[in-house]
Amino acid sequence: MIQSRFPVTERPYAALGEQLGISEDEVIERLEAIKESGEIRRMGASFDSRKLGYSSTLCAVHVPEDMLDRAIEAINAFHNITHNYERDHYYNVWFTVIAPGPKRIDEILREIEDQAGIGPIINLPALRLFKIQVDLPVLDEQVVDG
Amino acid sequence: MDKALSDSEKALVRHLQDDIPLSARPFAEIGEAVGMSEDEVVEKIREWQENGTIRRFGAMVRHQRLGYRANAMSAWDIPDERAEEVGRILAAADEVSHCYQRPRANGWSYNLFAMIHGASEEECDQVAAGLAGQVGVKSYALLFSSREFKKVSMRYFIE
Repeated sequence: MIQSRFPVTERPYAALGEQLGISEDEVIERLEAIKESGEIRRMGASFDSRKLGYSSTLCAVHVPEDMLDRAIEAINAFHNITHNYERDHYYNVWFTVIAPGPKRIDEILREIEDQAGIGPIINLPALRLFKIQVDLPVLDEQVVDG
Repeated sequence: MDKALSDSEKALVRHLQDDIPLSARPFAEIGEAVGMSEDEVVEKIREWQENGTIRRFGAMVRHQRLGYRANAMSAWDIPDERAEEVGRILAAADEVSHCYQRPRANGWSYNLFAMIHGASEEECDQVAAGLAGQVGVKSYALLFSSREFKKVSMRYFIE
């Protein structure tokens, strides 16, 4: 339940404790332990970038194996790039960009191409959204009990 | 909507995208840091949850560690006039977490994307084959990720 229903009230950990039948202090202790174990990456908000006035996109580029290190370094240097994966295709490097507008996204892509000597990067912004499911069916108890 | 957030709202976003303090009154603590009262922080978070600015509020778990082993980015070449219909069908599958229509590009003929989750790569293959049969489309590709180079949460308003 802490995965998507964190109580937004004055004393959220007391509210969680009430649901679980344990004390506020115990909730805090358990959460500290779970966080330390690395099972929880972060406990906070996840925002809709568009609602904050940002634009986002998915990009791909072909990078020859011997240029990969330099390319990854150039791409990952931007805090605007949150996900970056190698995938098995001619376009072998796939990453997401979130920035305060499409113009800034273009600038970032040109900088990466220049820095790493790769490209052209293909830019594939969503035209239509059919589904975005943020809550995968993870066992809540597993999360709370570590 | 909020293309023009106030400075204190931006500061609140900066705090909420970090960890919520593990103290008895975390929203009072955050409020102090951003120049809002505890009530204002709670109200603002609820408002953002209601209007979708906050997609999710809580713990972000490591899916890989909890048993989501395989995921495949499936990409589909669908005639434009069928994109909406097929997009809806792909999106309806339980194994699909994200589904988008995107433009085609040079060397990239696929216009629909669906992220497929499964216990194994074979299972993802089977899901995709099943969907292909269902929508009557043969031209698709499954791109598995062989390496993760970066995976972080976006940090807004830090520029």
